[in-house]
Amino acid sequence: MSSSNNPLPPKERLQIVRQSMPEQDPLKRAHNFEEVNLGFTDELALQEATRCLGCGKPRCVQGCPVGVKIAEFVDLIVAKDYLGAAAKIREDNVLPAVTGRVCPQEEQCEGSCLLAHRAGSSSLGIGYLERFVADYERTTGQIGLPACAPSSGKKVAIAGSGPAGLSCAGDLVQRGHDVTVFEALHEIGGVLVYGIPEFRLPKDIVRQEVDNMRKLGVKFETNVVIGKTVTVDELFEEEGFDAVFIATGAGLPKFMGIPGENLCAVYSANEFLTRVNLMKAYRFPEYDEPVFDCAGKNVGVIGGGNTAMDAVRTSLRLGAKNAYLIYRRTEKDMPARIEELHHAKQEGVQIMDLWDPVEYIGDEKGWVRAAKLRKMQQGEPDESGRSRPVPIPGSETEVALDMVVVAVGNTSNPLVQQTTPGLDTDTRGRIVADHEHLRTSKKGVFAGGDIVSGAATVILAMGAGRTAAASIHDYLTTGEW
Amino acid sequence: MFKIVEARYLSKDVKLFRIHAPRVAKKQKPGQFVILRVNDHGERIPITIAASDAQEETITIVAQGIGKTTKLLNTLETGDSIADVVGPLGKPTDVEKFGTVVVIGGGVGTAIAYPTANALHDAGNRVISIIGARTKDLVIFEDELRAISDPLIVTTDDGSYGVKAVVTVPLQELIDSPNRPDYVLAIGPIPMMRAVAETTRAAGIKTVVSLNAIMVDGTGMCGGCRVAVGGKSQFACVDGPEFDAHQVDFALLAQRGAMYRDKERVALTRFEEEHACKLLEAAKA
Ligand SMILES: Cc1cc2nc3c(=O)[nH]c(=O)nc-3n(C[C@H](O)[C@H](O)[C@H](O)COP(=O)(O)OP(=O)(O)OC[C@H]3O[C@@H](n4cnc5c(N)ncnc54)[C@H](O)[C@@H]3O)c2cc1C
Ligand SMILES: Cc1cc2nc3c(=O)[nH]c(=O)nc-3n(C[C@H](O)[C@H](O)[C@H](O)COP(=O)(O)OP(=O)(O)OC[C@H]3O[C@@H](n4cnc5c(N)ncnc54)[C@H](O)[C@@H]3O)c2cc1C
Ligand code: SF4
Ligand code: SF4
Ligand code: FES
Repeated sequence: MSSSNNPLPPKERLQIVRQSMPEQDPLKRAHNFEEVNLGFTDELALQEATRCLGCGKPRCVQGCPVGVKIAEFVDLIVAKDYLGAAAKIREDNVLPAVTGRVCPQEEQCEGSCLLAHRAGSSSLGIGYLERFVADYERTTGQIGLPACAPSSGKKVAIAGSGPAGLSCAGDLVQRGHDVTVFEALHEIGGVLVYGIPEFRLPKDIVRQEVDNMRKLGVKFETNVVIGKTVTVDELFEEEGFDAVFIATGAGLPKFMGIPGENLCAVYSANEFLTRVNLMKAYRFPEYDEPVFDCAGKNVGVIGGGNTAMDAVRTSLRLGAKNAYLIYRRTEKDMPARIEELHHAKQEGVQIMDLWDPVEYIGDEKGWVRAAKLRKMQQGEPDESGRSRPVPIPGSETEVALDMVVVAVGNTSNPLVQQTTPGLDTDTRGRIVADHEHLRTSKKGVFAGGDIVSGAATVILAMGAGRTAAASIHDYLTTGEW
Repeated sequence: MFKIVEARYLSKDVKLFRIHAPRVAKKQKPGQFVILRVNDHGERIPITIAASDAQEETITIVAQGIGKTTKLLNTLETGDSIADVVGPLGKPTDVEKFGTVVVIGGGVGTAIAYPTANALHDAGNRVISIIGARTKDLVIFEDELRAISDPLIVTTDDGSYGVKAVVTVPLQELIDSPNRPDYVLAIGPIPMMRAVAETTRAAGIKTVVSLNAIMVDGTGMCGGCRVAVGGKSQFACVDGPEFDAHQVDFALLAQRGAMYRDKERVALTRFEEEHACKLLEAAKA
């Protein structure tokens, strides 16, 4: 693409350094739930956008799972057409204010950016810019709602209101279908509302996106557990739905099965984060939901992914004296976003890498008081390409902990699979759906997001929602399966 | 919002609600529960579905006011609404023809046990019911249970009604009699369920209890409701709430149930203070 709006020749663009994100002071923010990143000002956004080389064959776009037209939207920022830029992103990504904040950009768009591969330069801040225009659109109340096609007379049910379900709903309603999203919890948004904390993704952003979808005509029914409250077959037979999209996520917490895991104050990350985020336990007693009071206490979080990072930073905000992140591999093997790891360290999280718990030890009343850990060393590379952690014999040691959060991953919830005859699952309990169309083994039933891929990312789930919407639309208009 | 179509006290602290919840009413089976949130600042708590009426699209729940949330719930009247009700959750009870079954309800457990007792009766079992209560005023669901029981036995701790005994006394008598039960279902406070389990273990009688673990979502997502059964961790909300009594680790259940005791006290005190103020204001107005 030839960039039409950028006044600077490429050479000069390369002189500009990557603009950094203004953030709340680490020591202050470690004690509040307000957003860490404050967002670009107009000046910072312009400076950063001007760095883009407007590549002819933009590599960044290939790095983005949904192919956001990055060079084009960035060029619109240079022209100060922020609403145009936001609309450009929305052609491929319906939740830009969310992805701009939580995508692992360093592995996706930014990781592929030409600038990232030039000595002495660093990638364009694509996530920051995406967030900037989405916030501009949102805070000025100018989100352009797309027009919807005339009613098709077809009804689609969506199970689960995470990013996969939401993006599918948004696309289908625009194509004129009558869409109802069923959600087991009392709030819409999936992991975006119950998992990812306020300080990383303010819940108002999700709420506003959901409101926009309501305005487009999407119906939401909370407090409905598909498979319990109503089955997939009943949706077809009794409620007249023509297609069903299953987007129930990977919401089943894994435990390690080591002694002491059922002691009081040993949580799964899901429970801890749900209590704090969804149920607002951090505002107890204004809100009724309790959570272990870790103020002044020692907290250990087991794991190295985004979930572990969110849990450990949340414990700091609840006042933990020492917040340890205990991970069996090395720090650089952690799957968490680099920015989160960096923020966590700034805030005072203590990284204990190459340590693995083997047992939790309780007091006489059944509360955890310590963890027995063993030291690991790096072994041969495993299937993930990282070196396999191998325990060092005789290295066991006890660390005093008053609370433990287990964040070693999630698997799929079986409620829908168990109650839907004819729906194939794989050995790990995930729903099987063909890659291209997300069709399952059952006619009229599509599935996507974490329930198919296993725990992945927001943008991949959203991409799956859009793919499903396209094939559901085809199915509804042609009747072909 | 879920509208309350009927609310009335069954005893001093125990209140029955009929709630308009069409989807739940249609699907409910004995042994299942709902999770409800009274208002948008509330916590999510599990309550068993004591009955349902698909025609009227209502479910009946019976709540004992013991802490902030259940006491708050019990301030609601006919015509009020509950913010969220989700269900039916949990596995339905295995209802089979066992022969002679003994259904034991302790306190509010009597209401929880009722739908299952009813289903066991309909499946052709002879149902013997034992209601245990601290005192006469706390006996609930007596008429409902009497209608399906042969016989119904009431025990009270203070002897103010029925037999002065704990429930395991008549249970042991039944075990030693020609009416030896083939199956026992016990729902009530942990010490009661544990005592029943010990009584029937010796006699080798299949016994099922309903575990009141602390829950949040009720769909298997949080793992907060973990219980140990036969040495294995299970999630009470999806694997239960009913389990083989002889395999349950009751000590762990009691420990985990006490996890938020301090916070619960804070919430309750705050609620009672606020509530006293409101009552006072209402009295002034
Ligand atoms: C703490 C945490 C932090 C994360 N951080 C990041 C990050 O920074 N960046 C990133 O890209 N990804 C992150 N992820 C991963 C990302 O959130 C998920 O990959 C994504 O949300 C998956 O979307 P989904 O729509 O498939 O499912 P989910 O978001 O899991 O939504 C599924 C929804 O379905 C509902 N549901 C489940 N069963 C039923 C049923 N039977 N009936 C009705 N509803 C049902 C659930 O309640 C839930 O609301 C994080 C995940 C967690 C847990
Ligand atoms: C499957 C199931 C079915 C139940 N059915 C009934 C019923 O039909 N009628 C009834 O009166 N009670 C029932 N209970 C118990 C009821 O959920 C608790 O009494 C209620 O949650 C107490 O809340 P509270 O705020 O009033 O009291 P609190 O002061 O908060 O707690 C009192 C005690 O209740 C338990 N508890 C607290 N929060 C929860 C929670 N979120 N989930 C579960 N237990 C909790 C704890 O052991 C606690 O010590 C059931 C529990 C379960 C698990
Ligand atoms: S959606 Fe994510 S990967 Fe794609 S451009 Fe935006 S931030 Fe980058
Ligand atoms: S690869 Fe980088 S420099 Fe090139 S267009 Fe994309 S963002 Fe701009
Ligand atoms: S209540 Fe959350 S898993 Fe059972």
